[in-house]
Amino acid sequence: MPVSKLLKIEGLESCFDTEGGLVRAVDGVSFELEKGQTLGIVGESGCGKTVSAMSIVDLLPKPAGRVLGGSINFKGQELRDANPEVMYKTRGNEIGVIFQEPMTALNPVQRVGKQITEALLLHKDISKREALQHAVELLDAVGIPSPERRISDHPHELSGGMRQRVMIAIALCCDPDLLIADEPTTALDVTVQAQILDLMSKMQKERGMATLLITHDLGVIAEQCDEVVVMYAGRIVERAPVKELFAKPKHAYTKGLLASIPRLTNERKTELRTIPGQVASIQEFVEGCRFCQRMERKGDTLNTRPRYEEVEPGRFLESCPACT
Amino acid sequence: MTEPNENGDILSVESLKMHFPLRGGVLYRQTGSVKAVDGVSLTIGKGETLGLVGESGCGKSTLGKCIVRLLKATAGRVVIKGKDVTEMPQSQLRPLRQDFQMVFQDPAESLDARMSVGELIAEPMVIQKLGTRETRKKRVDELLELVAMPTSAASKFTFEFSGGQRQRIGIARSLAVNPDLLILDEPVSALDVSVQSQILNLLMDLQRELGLSYLFISHDLAVVKHVSDRIAVMYLGKIVEMAPAEELYANPHHAYTKALISAIPEPDPTVKRVSKPIEGDVPSPIEPPLGCAFGHRVSALNYEKSIGMDLHLREINPGHLVSNCPCCVE
Repeated sequence: MPVSKLLKIEGLESCFDTEGGLVRAVDGVSFELEKGQTLGIVGESGCGKTVSAMSIVDLLPKPAGRVLGGSINFKGQELRDANPEVMYKTRGNEIGVIFQEPMTALNPVQRVGKQITEALLLHKDISKREALQHAVELLDAVGIPSPERRISDHPHELSGGMRQRVMIAIALCCDPDLLIADEPTTALDVTVQAQILDLMSKMQKERGMATLLITHDLGVIAEQCDEVVVMYAGRIVERAPVKELFAKPKHAYTKGLLASIPRLTNERKTELRTIPGQVASIQEFVEGCRFCQRMERKGDTLNTRPRYEEVEPGRFLESCPACT
Repeated sequence: MTEPNENGDILSVESLKMHFPLRGGVLYRQTGSVKAVDGVSLTIGKGETLGLVGESGCGKSTLGKCIVRLLKATAGRVVIKGKDVTEMPQSQLRPLRQDFQMVFQDPAESLDARMSVGELIAEPMVIQKLGTRETRKKRVDELLELVAMPTSAASKFTFEFSGGQRQRIGIARSLAVNPDLLILDEPVSALDVSVQSQILNLLMDLQRELGLSYLFISHDLAVVKHVSDRIAVMYLGKIVEMAPAEELYANPHHAYTKALISAIPEPDPTVKRVSKPIEGDVPSPIEPPLGCAFGHRVSALNYEKSIGMDLHLREINPGHLVSNCPCCVE
């Protein structure tokens, strides 16, 4: 048995009750994450990236959303259907979460300091004063100037980048082993995005934690990740080490995605490559290959689910004959 | 106030300012102003795309809105096809709106959910009193085909379409009155990459076929570079650098342009971002720094020198304009 994985997800299925019936937003997703590594999940909106991540920490919107099947193993412990006590001790403590929109994720009527110390007081056996002292240190570590004063600010008094720094401080306050970052820089400007990405890398190196980074930006993936999972329509179509994925994408969807980004090196005003069509609506997903569905291919590949398998060491692929 | 335009520019903006008053206190007096756009000059020629980039809050959307007169500028001039529209009364302005239209960022919000797609696309023609019911219906079909949508879409409603399709509808609507100039305000920012490239291709095709001029507003530098002939970089209400697209990326002069370009994460894991990101945030436009706003943000060495200076663009190479700021430009 190799080194035990920090996080091992197997056959995860998450679903939502809707008026149109049960929809499976995540449909059999498996991946692992080792200590200190960064795994990126990339895909278009609605492909199930966020739902996969939120399933891990049991933060799906309730009662509509729930995990239907599969296993979530974190540090050897099963988190799926775990005792609420276990989840309480894990979330915010051993697993930190950064949400996309800091303005909606932070409490607008609470001071920043209180929001950071909340998790500390819950998980660590320390006094309020110590917690506040620690919060100041954290704000300093995430690059907020004059943290002693900022600690008594409300979120609206901070800029977008500063708010995201506060989110990071909250996520890191208990020294987690795993950080889940859901589109941490999507709402930010490029110059601020660069600051936040650098900060995340620095924190990760210092603390040796693993990061699950969810983004739709392949530039961010290329810069931050060791390994990448490409999701399409609730499933993983390809998983590979980052350099291999960008150098030799194997699945037609990954290829299309990489080809359609406008790059600074492109010749100007030339036609961009596109992926024809659009993602089918979730109620209409076929059991077979969903990228074939988008490409309007006919035949067997639509009926039977392609196998998801390791095709080379470290490279996993949904082996649809038409797409690979 | 009509005057001939010697360069044949479709749009010319001269020293445009948009200062929003801030009011407060018991008497609701003006206590200050937000200088959203603070002295911007630019031109766009026929069939040309001018890209406008900058971070959120730098005033790029406000500038776009001033041009199409959704906002009335505080000072300066907007001249479209030789006609000064800055102060024009609405009655005179309305027929001129056929020449310039706007496409908004989020088609889900900018298109009326209670109108059918056909009504939405025909509405500008109804307002402009163009054609009859029958000819308008024909035109709607033509426009839908132009943006690669089935003509059956005309009887549906926007919620039945995906984000990319909605943006196609928004573009069809803006083209209904045969404009020469489109102000595209972040037209692809709300879309996924694979759909984004479809819309960018559509915009480039339409420009080629119809000879349209674009002001392309975006915060995505790679997108802007791909579609633009020239690019203007805006920072806190002012244009700090403007140059032909390739020139700007190959040879940026302003420290802000350099910082912006180097901050883009390259979609290539073998390339590592080398430069350290710039620090700080965009300063507040309510109380902007006394000197150069960017120099202030990064505490530039010669910042003191820029205080009290009249910062304006000067031409350093043919077509390449850059601010005369002593702290950001060597």
